[in-house]
Amino acid sequence: MPDRGITAIYGPSGSGKSTLLDCIAGLRRPETGGMVRFRDQTWLAPQRFVPPWQRRVAYVFQDSRLFPHLNVQQNLDYADTRRGTVGGASMQQVIHWLELEGLLQHTPAVLSAGQKQRVAIGRALLSSPQLLLLDEPLANLDHNASQQCLAYLQQLAGELELPMLYVSHDIEEVSQLADHLVLLEHGALVDQGPMLDLCGRLDTQLSREEQAAAIVLGSIGQHDPEYGLTELLVEGQTLQIASRDSPVGARRRLRIPARDVSVCLNKPEDSSILNIIPVTLTQMKTDGDARVLLRLALGGQHLLARITRRSADRLGIQVGDRLFAQIKSAALLMESSDHHE
Amino acid sequence: MSAAELDAIQLTIALATITTALLLILGTPLAWWLSRKNASWPALVEALVAMPLILPPTVLGFYLLLLFAPDTALGVAWEKLTGTQLAFSFSALVIGSVIYSLPFVVQPLQAAFQRVPEDLLKVAATLGASPLDQFRSIVLPLTRRSFVTAASLGFAHTVGEFGVVLMIGGNIPGETRVLSVALYDYVESLQFAEAHRLAGGLVVFSLALLYLLYRRDRRHSWRVQA
Repeated sequence: MPDRGITAIYGPSGSGKSTLLDCIAGLRRPETGGMVRFRDQTWLAPQRFVPPWQRRVAYVFQDSRLFPHLNVQQNLDYADTRRGTVGGASMQQVIHWLELEGLLQHTPAVLSAGQKQRVAIGRALLSSPQLLLLDEPLANLDHNASQQCLAYLQQLAGELELPMLYVSHDIEEVSQLADHLVLLEHGALVDQGPMLDLCGRLDTQLSREEQAAAIVLGSIGQHDPEYGLTELLVEGQTLQIASRDSPVGARRRLRIPARDVSVCLNKPEDSSILNIIPVTLTQMKTDGDARVLLRLALGGQHLLARITRRSADRLGIQVGDRLFAQIKSAALLMESSDHHE
Repeated sequence: MSAAELDAIQLTIALATITTALLLILGTPLAWWLSRKNASWPALVEALVAMPLILPPTVLGFYLLLLFAPDTALGVAWEKLTGTQLAFSFSALVIGSVIYSLPFVVQPLQAAFQRVPEDLLKVAATLGASPLDQFRSIVLPLTRRSFVTAASLGFAHTVGEFGVVLMIGGNIPGETRVLSVALYDYVESLQFAEAHRLAGGLVVFSLALLYLLYRRDRRHSWRVQA
């Protein structure tokens, strides 16, 4: 796995995601032995086991696990006083980034789930880790709180040179955050690669899921305040999306669900669909009895489209055909974490 | 109150204090070990710890008396080391009391330790806390009240001890003549007024201690406690 950026570990429940993190943190010793190496350090080998308190790996759990007998400040101090001499984020920076100023004197019991998780993230950062593990950190939060936390995490990924391993079973979360994606199934690694590549492929377990979606990267163009739309420029094409306050020129990810993309042979002039762009069909794959999944090249990037097998036969489309993709909906992801690109 | 009674009170308090201190030192690691999942033979050790709860104190006293006799290995070694005899000494009482009151200290501590979430220790470990550090910074503060409970019960139970003392300590004023033995003497010699004074005093002491403990536990039921 890459030792920089955010790597998402994605898979169904019981696929061994949390177990993997526990082994990396040293909280669990794999029964079958194995190896854990990080950069030039060997944490687990046949004759070697580095205990968790010597690994400098911080871990943010789904349940924040704040120490109940300590207030917020003391929880932060707990990590701060135990770190080595090496740098990392300072107390003031962490409090400022995560907006913890007003919470410092509170006990964990009175905090909301979102506040607790912010404190837990801050505490993890203050142990000046070399690697940050996050195990479904947003699973217990309501939508607003989880969006807010995501924003904090993205901001942190930009500010810190801290590699993160992020376990989630929520592909939308993963789409927003991850640079790199690791797919697990039944405790085994089935695929891994850069996030955008993996989402645009037909041979992964992701593409078989109902919410399969491609992610494309573009830059923000003009805003159209009258209709509340924003332009996103992707590979020379212009997509129009419901507006968010993104600065012109900013790089953004766009998530396009396969089920919201259809294709036509000629460009329709009278469609209600705004975004109709020329693409090339590069791959087809049957998806169950009734449907096929198409991989459509848009410059160097890819879209997915899920259509009925009947439609595919009626249109007579074949790999290499130039088509028009009609995109019914697309979600502009909050902020791109592609600081590394 | 007579000088003999004051002696007995003083001796009882000294015995209970030393016993309680030893029990906290020995009982804490034992209770911690028992509270963890990876203990080996935990049921057997737990049974041994609990034995004084159900065994007649005279049984325990009888075997300790045999063990402390001057001709046993322990008795000989003790005499070599200290120059005094172990049987019928204050030291013998301390050893007997530690065994006799062990469950009263170990059980509440074990129950409290078991209630400390393993998850908190895991997160502490990832924040750089070694096991000893985890115990000191997480377990101790969360179970502080149970230490008070354990110490109080151990102390009170030692004060109330009679059978073991009589078997291994005898009735030597200033050395092994504790309150419960003094009370027995008064009753034997039909000095009921004096007996009432000691017995009543012990009743009031025990009731007051237990009342304070239970009242505290009701007020702070949110803490990890036993």
